Amino acid sequence: MTALSTLADTTPAWSWNLLDDLREMWSYPFMVNAFRAGTVVAVVAGVMGWFMVLRRQSFAGHTLAVVGFPGASGAVLVGVSAVYGYFAFCIAAALVIAAVPRAGRDGGVQESALTGTVQAFLLACGYLFTALYKGLLGGTTSLLFGSFLGITGGQVWVLVAVAAAVLALLAAIGRPLLFASVDPDVAAARGVPLRALSTAFLVLLGAAAAATSQITGTLLVFALLVMPAATAQSLTARPARGLALSVLLAVAATWLGLTVAYYSPYPIGFWVTTFAFGGYVLARAAATAAGRTATRSASRSATRAGGAV
Amino acid sequence: MSVSFRSRAGRPARTARPGAGETEAGLAEPSGGDGGPVISLRGASVRVGGRLLWSGVDLDIGGGEFTAVLGPNGVGKSTLLKVLLGTVAPAAGEVRVLGRAPGRAGDRVGYLPQRRSFDPALRLRGSDVVRLGWDGDRWGVPLPGTAGGRAARRRIAEVIDLVGAGAYADRPIGQCSGGEQQRLLIAQALVRRPRLLLLDEPLDSLDLPNQAAVAALVGRICREEGVTVVMVAHDVNPILSRLDRVVYLAEGGAVAGSPAEVVTTETLTRLYRTPVEVLRTSDGRLVVVGQPEAPARHTDRHADRHTDTDRHHDIERRTDVDRHVDPGTGHRPDTDRNADTDQYPDPRGELS
Repeated sequence: MTALSTLADTTPAWSWNLLDDLREMWSYPFMVNAFRAGTVVAVVAGVMGWFMVLRRQSFAGHTLAVVGFPGASGAVLVGVSAVYGYFAFCIAAALVIAAVPRAGRDGGVQESALTGTVQAFLLACGYLFTALYKGLLGGTTSLLFGSFLGITGGQVWVLVAVAAAVLALLAAIGRPLLFASVDPDVAAARGVPLRALSTAFLVLLGAAAAATSQITGTLLVFALLVMPAATAQSLTARPARGLALSVLLAVAATWLGLTVAYYSPYPIGFWVTTFAFGGYVLARAAATAAGRTATRSASRSATRAGGAV
Repeated sequence: MSVSFRSRAGRPARTARPGAGETEAGLAEPSGGDGGPVISLRGASVRVGGRLLWSGVDLDIGGGEFTAVLGPNGVGKSTLLKVLLGTVAPAAGEVRVLGRAPGRAGDRVGYLPQRRSFDPALRLRGSDVVRLGWDGDRWGVPLPGTAGGRAARRRIAEVIDLVGAGAYADRPIGQCSGGEQQRLLIAQALVRRPRLLLLDEPLDSLDLPNQAAVAALVGRICREEGVTVVMVAHDVNPILSRLDRVVYLAEGGAVAGSPAEVVTTETLTRLYRTPVEVLRTSDGRLVVVGQPEAPARHTDRHADRHTDTDRHHDIERRTDVDRHVDPGTGHRPDTDRNADTDQYPDPRGELS
């Protein structure tokens, strides 16, 4: 909080000369690192988010992000970098959630019950860790709501490595994962390992959520993980275009958020979320307007005749 | 335990349509066609959750045949398909599919599971779902612009054309109607040119015109593409005129034969333990009528909610539960479930 308010006191002036503004902003190494880290995170979040929204696992994604908070605060408490805490807790939580079989009609219900339980308990643990730190953990707010200050070059490289690993693995399992998500019965009959894919996806999602948390904070991960993906899916039903659009929107929201946060006294988490949300609202409105006519004709052809022989 | 008998009519003559006289179909003729039956079961039995569904089933289905699997709910019709797919292992006996163990025939088997309807909010085009049938089980990312990608696109366009889904294949599949989704799913099952197509109640929850259209489509695929079709059906009438063979699962075993042999008033009444009449229409088609007429479930838009109760009623109607005593526990699996449905006797005929 202190860091943020320090910055707020010296908010740089926006000159409307775009080039000068960018040059001024990027003259600070911490801003350059913030843009690097933000871009990497946005790409991963955009891709993972697309699959997460398609698989209807947003709640699991949210939980994986939230457990980054006890992870980070616990890591700071024991004196290691928060980055490790994020990844350790998020991936461990992913494995716990994956341990519940998702098969059957009640699988989703079971999963959300367990997910909620894990989430509540670990959030409480995070609160305990910050209390144990005796109030010197000045970054509680930034852990929860995000910060772009103080991202080191080393952290950027950690994020790049994680992103590369996540994207490479996802590229390897992407097609069977899509098959398993959309059409599990047929996928299983074709020999696609549903359970292993589900676990692998949750672990990747945990890693993506941990990475995203470092920019948006653990509570606002949805800004990058859900909103761009949901926006993209409401705009196109083509997988390749949807993925590309999701990444594009996430990167755009991050860059806009970082820029505006730099030139305004308000925090980054708010701005990134606002831009992502704005995009989502616009896309939904456009899709609803465009879809109204299409739905009407579709429902006409789907009229059902009653009775049977 | 079993009332099955072996039907060795490998490939009855295609002229063996019901109504064309009591035909030669079903007469002993060593399994023929192209080098042995596509499906062969010997003394097969299956157990799900400790309950013996059927046992001692012998069955041969030859290449290019259109076979319907019929029977009351809960007798293991869908499980039979899963055994053929290799996702459920038989408890005993031998099962061969396309000359190999189930699950080993890979992409030569197309499968359409029971009653899938996609989430209306699912944002994926019908053609993408068909594409998943083509290479959805492969790892890695398809590279754009390769010969493989072009071949995939060509085949997908071809199969979408074959099922007549061209007009809506590019719409999100969740926004397609039930009949449209079913056609796209048949395209998905067909996209790898399977030799065997396993369809689980593909006509269920479709309206009458769509039932007829999808039945005609499946019949055409069977005839023109030479694909062996095994279709689990709830209502035999839409497909009856196209069938080469009927397999009835009931009483813990299977009865197989040509429609003319099996689809008779006496056989069906015995198997279903409820009055069932087989009538002949003026143009010679057979029609199966349950007692009494007019089931509610087809007019109900939320038909799937009734499935469980229907199953209770069907089990209740079968009085020979003693035959299904689980040898392991001595437990009669059906009787417990009957207790809570006793006061709701169901007058509906299963086949109607």
